[in-house]
Amino acid sequence: MKVAVITFPGSNCDYDLFKAAQQVGGDAKFIWHRERGLNNYDAVLLPGGFSYGDYLRAGAIARMSPIMEDVIAFAKTGRPVLGICNGFQILCESGLLPGALMHNTSLKFESKDVMLRVDRTDTMFTKDYKTGQVLRIPIAHGEGNYGADDETLEALEDQGRVVFRYVDRDGELSDEANPNGSLNNIAGITNETGNVLGMMPHPERAMEKLLGSTDGLALFTSMAGSLQPS
Amino acid sequence: MTNPTAMQVPPRDGDPEITPEIVADHGLTPEEYEKVLKIMGRDPTFTELGVFSAMWSEHCGYKNSKRLLRLLPTQAPWVIQGPGENAGVIDVGDGYALAFKIESHNHPSAVEPYQGAATGVGGILRDIFTMGARPVAVLDSLRFGDLDSGRVRYLFAGVVNGVGDYGNCVGIPNVGGEVQFDRGYEGNPIVNAMCLGLMRHEELITAAATGNGAPLMAVGARTGRDGIHGATFASEELSEDSDESSRPQVQVGDPFTEKLLLEASLELIASGAISGIQDMGAAGITSSASEMAGRGGSGVELEMTDVPVREDGMTPYEILLSESQERMLVVAHPGREDEVREILEKWELEAAVIGQVTDDGKFRILENGNVVGDIPALPLTDGCPTYEREGIESEEVIALREMDLTEHMTEEGDLTKDFLLLLRSPNVASKRWIYEQYDTTVRTGTAVRPGGDSGVIRIRGTKRAIAATTDCNGRLVYLEPRTGAMAAVAEAARNLVCVGALPTAITNNLNFGNPLKTHIYYQLREAVLGMREACSAFETPVTGGNVSLFNETDGKAIYPTPVIGMVGVIDDVSKIIHHAFKSAGDDIVLLGTNSGEIGGSEYLYVTSKLVAGNPPSLDLEAERLLQQAVLKMNHEEVLNSAHDCSQGGLAATLAECALGNGETPLGVSAEVDEDLAPIVSLFGESHGRIIASTSPENTERVLALAALYDVPAKRIGTVTDMASGFSIKVRSGSVQARMTDLAEAYFGSIPNIMDAPTGSEA
Repeated sequence: MKVAVITFPGSNCDYDLFKAAQQVGGDAKFIWHRERGLNNYDAVLLPGGFSYGDYLRAGAIARMSPIMEDVIAFAKTGRPVLGICNGFQILCESGLLPGALMHNTSLKFESKDVMLRVDRTDTMFTKDYKTGQVLRIPIAHGEGNYGADDETLEALEDQGRVVFRYVDRDGELSDEANPNGSLNNIAGITNETGNVLGMMPHPERAMEKLLGSTDGLALFTSMAGSLQPS
Repeated sequence: MTNPTAMQVPPRDGDPEITPEIVADHGLTPEEYEKVLKIMGRDPTFTELGVFSAMWSEHCGYKNSKRLLRLLPTQAPWVIQGPGENAGVIDVGDGYALAFKIESHNHPSAVEPYQGAATGVGGILRDIFTMGARPVAVLDSLRFGDLDSGRVRYLFAGVVNGVGDYGNCVGIPNVGGEVQFDRGYEGNPIVNAMCLGLMRHEELITAAATGNGAPLMAVGARTGRDGIHGATFASEELSEDSDESSRPQVQVGDPFTEKLLLEASLELIASGAISGIQDMGAAGITSSASEMAGRGGSGVELEMTDVPVREDGMTPYEILLSESQERMLVVAHPGREDEVREILEKWELEAAVIGQVTDDGKFRILENGNVVGDIPALPLTDGCPTYEREGIESEEVIALREMDLTEHMTEEGDLTKDFLLLLRSPNVASKRWIYEQYDTTVRTGTAVRPGGDSGVIRIRGTKRAIAATTDCNGRLVYLEPRTGAMAAVAEAARNLVCVGALPTAITNNLNFGNPLKTHIYYQLREAVLGMREACSAFETPVTGGNVSLFNETDGKAIYPTPVIGMVGVIDDVSKIIHHAFKSAGDDIVLLGTNSGEIGGSEYLYVTSKLVAGNPPSLDLEAERLLQQAVLKMNHEEVLNSAHDCSQGGLAATLAECALGNGETPLGVSAEVDEDLAPIVSLFGESHGRIIASTSPENTERVLALAALYDVPAKRIGTVTDMASGFSIKVRSGSVQARMTDLAEAYFGSIPNIMDAPTGSEA
């Protein structure tokens, strides 16, 4: 699996994603945002961080980076594009995913482990999970409050495009379990074709017992597995 | 090149004339000004006066602390770089070196908490990456007044937000720190930030300007009019009107630029195109250029019109003294300037040649080719007058220390009620409200997050990890400076061994009042002497640090607060232990003894608003043996948890062990048979104690190892399940509570204060 990790000015989880891709056997490369050409890759990862300092709006400037034209073209080929945290924000700003990520309702940066429920296991990112499985994954963001208009939200739900939701330890939805005010406790969604996933929590930080959780590992093995020549 | 003399320089058009008032405004005494005249052999120009003022401020020149700091132990076989550089560096094994340092931003944070704290983090990050190390962790050590004041809540919220936003944006995990609330910090909050960076040994680079003709380059952000004279401002007392009038002396941070500068700097160092790099921190270009010249034994010549500036019309004086953030001074290898420019350009930053290294030993300033300043460089950096002052203990403190506390120690109150009050005190309560605003897991290296005894960062590709903690209980230092400072070092070391780390070295931040006052100088001297004793006993040399004096508002000084930032090494990450109890049925073991004092305790502050009495005594040899014993137990893997017993005493420590991070609390059933009043047994803050838990089959071994090291040890109870609740029996009393009540008090306290809708109090 050849993996491109896109680095924008201000990305700070690029190294973590790079290591996560390597951990599942991926051949990872950093791609600077002004470089061009992603055709030789099997997967594209947009890391977390504060591209352009989150000035204006998180992801709003990064989406105008030269490489984003290539990311959009890459997504159209059906190959996997994963955006985490700031990467999710950039995917929404660039139109690859619907909706927007607003300030957390607490108006504070929220950094802690949350519980996520896997609602879809038929995607190329989640096939190694069990439906309804509850994961422990860290979050660290100030703007992760997912919002969309009624029509968009209905489409997301009807088409089963909500992949991860914030839940309590028993897997139940609740306001207490929702760290940022996201509609329907949404933590991660895909595009209509299922090959673009955006999520606020950081699975790449949950890959080793030493760091507190291994629940993110299956996301990367799923992706690697989906790309095996069948 | 010995004793070069200053050349004649005509006054610059538009600059004010030098008068005694102007000299005084620059923070120089008449005697100090005499010394300037002697070095210069003539009157300084306005520009030169500004340079002397900054370099001879306490912040840059350490004039009131240098002689004391020389008393500290600084050497050990594992020390690679001691004091005098941007940061200290130690060997941590497997070819890795750790750069670390702590720095204060107290004065700016008192005036503008968000920017003050943010730029404090920015500055300490730059000190680390200019050594060639990649920053891997931040800690913050904070002090505020009591949270019942609206102003204090504003400062607290602003500082936490500033520390968080800066570190989060750059992407450096915050792994620990501490905060204390006490009326002693009402006017002057303390904001100290510590950073740790890792590198391979061969990546180390220092900040010396060598090589006649080597180009000096300004890289990073442009120079603006912000923070002019920040170093001098930081060396004065605050007054009521510091608020408004000092705002322009506070710098404004841009963490996004910092992140780019970090990457660009590490790439520059790796490229080999440069021979030296230094942050333009306090006193900006002035201190970075003159210090680099001083270290290199050379001179520098700077052309002010070549410095990239944010606005037109800046004078040499303003450019030299600006403390605009996110700037570096770089010495390039001649002919490789374009490489430097290309690297900076890739990171969307600027680089400009602004001067060169010379061999005439002068700090020379040009404006359009005309000399506007010409100062002998070595006397400027090394000639700063240093003082040893008279220190006399204040009568007020002696009286407080000798206060009879018998009445407080023997009170027949409701112990459980007092206990809950103590857990609810923001000093004891969970600091989750703070660190949940900090990214603690970015860079995927954090093995122990904030909330434990020390933060731990693993070294990828090895079995090793580094641990770090910051500690100081200012009340204890106030009541007895020497023991208090020793206690800070001892507590830091205990915090490290509690995660399984060998204490290795320290960086310190001396936060004190005005040293010109005899009782403050007494505190400073005694604290340094205490630190010296403890650091020698524990073999933890001081590799650098920061001094922040004049922390006074309207004549009232803070508690003397020598914050200890200590680092340790863990050989095998699989042996890391945490403070939380692991399983019901485990034995609870108390290591160490209660020396019976209640002075300076949180109990006294919470129940009587008192900071008085004899603080706990300290036995350095017993502390050292305790550390060794716990490390040995950890090595043999017979401990399931370990937690330092400090603020709040035994009862609060047991509660923290039982509550853990709040997700899966356990219960406690303990009995402590000491010949002491119940309040002292439960809430006394004796040093040298650690609460450990073990599987019952290992208890005997733990007790045997303790005996081997002459450490008093006793099994005091059992970890139970949550439903069984929390119970400690002492000789004539007990504390009994439900775990849910403890959790509510411990975790709910700070959020309830900070997130509750408030009235209009200010």
